Amino acid sequence: MQQTAQPVTKEPVIQVDGVKKQYTLGQIGGGTLTADLQSWWARLRGKEDPNLPLGTDTRLFGRTFMALNGIDLTVYKGEALGIIGRNGAGKSTLLKLLSRITAPSEGEIRIKGRIASMLEVGTGFNQEMTGRENIYMNGAILGMSKAEVDSKLEQIIAFSECADFIDTPVKRYSSGMFVKLAFAVAAHLDSEIMIMDEVLAVGDMKFQEKCLNKMGDVAGQEGRTVLYVSHNMSTIRQLCTRCIVLDKGRVLYDGDVETAIAIYMDTTDVNVVDYDLTDTSRLVPSAGFRLFVERLRFLDKQSSVFAAGEPVRVEIRWRVSHYLDAVNLKLFIHFRDSSPVGITHPITLGSAEPGRVYTTVFTLDTSVLGPGQYFFRLDVFEREISNAICLDMPGQDFAFEITSADRTLPIWLPYWGHIHFPPLVVEDNQHEPLEG
Amino acid sequence: MQHPNEHQWTTVIRPRTGWFDIDLKELWRYRDLVLLFTKRNFAILYKQTILGPLWILLNPLITTVLFNVIFGGIAGLPTEGAPSFLFIMAGNTIWSMFAACINNTANTFVVNASTFGKVYFPRLTIPLSQALTAVINFLVQFAMFACFWTFFALNPSGAGQVQLTGWVLYLPILVVQVMVLGLAVGIIVSSLTTKYRDLAIAVTFAVQLWMYATPVVYSTTSLANQPVLQKLVYLNPMTAPVQVFRKAVLGCGQVDPAGLVYSLVCTLVLLAIGVILFSRIEKTFMDTV
Repeated sequence: MQQTAQPVTKEPVIQVDGVKKQYTLGQIGGGTLTADLQSWWARLRGKEDPNLPLGTDTRLFGRTFMALNGIDLTVYKGEALGIIGRNGAGKSTLLKLLSRITAPSEGEIRIKGRIASMLEVGTGFNQEMTGRENIYMNGAILGMSKAEVDSKLEQIIAFSECADFIDTPVKRYSSGMFVKLAFAVAAHLDSEIMIMDEVLAVGDMKFQEKCLNKMGDVAGQEGRTVLYVSHNMSTIRQLCTRCIVLDKGRVLYDGDVETAIAIYMDTTDVNVVDYDLTDTSRLVPSAGFRLFVERLRFLDKQSSVFAAGEPVRVEIRWRVSHYLDAVNLKLFIHFRDSSPVGITHPITLGSAEPGRVYTTVFTLDTSVLGPGQYFFRLDVFEREISNAICLDMPGQDFAFEITSADRTLPIWLPYWGHIHFPPLVVEDNQHEPLEG
Repeated sequence: MQHPNEHQWTTVIRPRTGWFDIDLKELWRYRDLVLLFTKRNFAILYKQTILGPLWILLNPLITTVLFNVIFGGIAGLPTEGAPSFLFIMAGNTIWSMFAACINNTANTFVVNASTFGKVYFPRLTIPLSQALTAVINFLVQFAMFACFWTFFALNPSGAGQVQLTGWVLYLPILVVQVMVLGLAVGIIVSSLTTKYRDLAIAVTFAVQLWMYATPVVYSTTSLANQPVLQKLVYLNPMTAPVQVFRKAVLGCGQVDPAGLVYSLVCTLVLLAIGVILFSRIEKTFMDTV
């Protein structure tokens, strides 16, 4: 195994053995006791279930998928382990299991020491209570005793940069202050292991830098272990001493950070133009239940490589289990390192009823994209975008590449970003002689 | 340097197995959290209210006056020689604690789902803090009851007599028992509400009905010629605690030792069921909520 890269004298603090986690798609049970009894009685008599809308396709029920499919991993004391992978690869599930929020379906995890996990900044903060009260509260939730918080209180307040507002209810805080306070509590815990899920995505640049340095100290000097999940490769590079790449619930690579990032970047595959989505995981728990996208393919292409400005034609096949008023569609466009580029303006596909297979062909205008590898994600939803309810969001990244062509510039430097705006429109360009 | 205790793991996470999976040592480590949650319960309840903590007293006072008018005044139910007002207040004080234990713990998983989904701590700390909150409320209400008791004791009238009995010494155990009984029922309901949400709505109503199956506003002696109702009331594990409480502070009515033992056994059985259910639900409920 790749883990032999680690010196054997190191002390393991987390040992993950053959861990699997299975989820069931769709909601099981009617949610109320009477509805469940009714359904059961109807099934018993061979009648149609009165709690399902007419014509529901029950084949959509009970579909299971493995969010984690056999993970073996050993983390040693003092390591800063980066965890990267596409959405739906199982990163969050792994962190949830490690932080004991849910139990694995199979396998075993052994942990030495206390874990402080920050899957979300400010969990357990109460809006009505003051900053100081929340420090005690948050500390206690993360497993500290009152005496421990007392001894660290000054440091925490100083680090949070919120000293002036510490006795103000946190509902009066700005979101930045809130984050700073929350991070300060977690960073000063006496836990042997720290788990962080992209908490640095918030707060100002200066504070982010401060957090990264603090986490580096935590791992390097204080000999504690840090597990860090991020889509931001530069923070992974800066912080981590080792990195694993997760893909489809398995460990794809385990070892040195640069190799891991390279492998992660390469998991976009432009040679696939036809995706079968029937067994793909879904990114949202409610997705794939009322509406199910079975298949997506790039039309007219052997590989999904496009010249700048060339329209990307895509066909999706989908069906519904309930009548739906208005089915809307938008795409999330990401660069290959997962950094978001933008979304497409939502379009509506009209209403849909069960018992039919819908085939939709749409075109994505790529003329604003600079050359590079991208992928998009599909979001089918109902209602307007401000209070949209997701109908389906397959956990599959649909990769495509934009190549330089005549229309675009001969070079494209990495720090230019990904948007190639149309040329400026010159409105007025007069000249007059200099005076004097 | 190689550590000799290479295999001393502090936590082992396995798939959901076993019946009794509550780590009591861990719960004890988190005792500060229980106290903080209790403090928070009070802080949230009375923030931005005019009367604030006064509600702890106003609530039972108004209820007692109302019950006294309806059941003591209009219906004229017998009170075994005690002043009707104190008779009802005594019943209501101990009952309120029990009801609060159930009502406030019944929603544990649903209300705290967002916190539970992000961070681990022993889930049992939440219902425990709710039970503790109910006990503190009870103590405050009991102090108010003591004031009224003193007033009635100093001003004996035709309304009835009050006297303390030796059962007063048993009160601390009684309070703990009633708290545990309420907690047990509460965590059973909270475990079931993860699957069936309508139980959360039903429970408030059910607790109200339960009160009428408990001698809170009436005495058990008035059921003497109603054998079916009497049997039903004696099957209720809250009957004996209310009787004992009244016997202790008012000196009225009878205490049936067999009923008290039955109530204690019920409490332990329900607690065992509750803890087993809770420990099974808490590990994976995030996947179903």
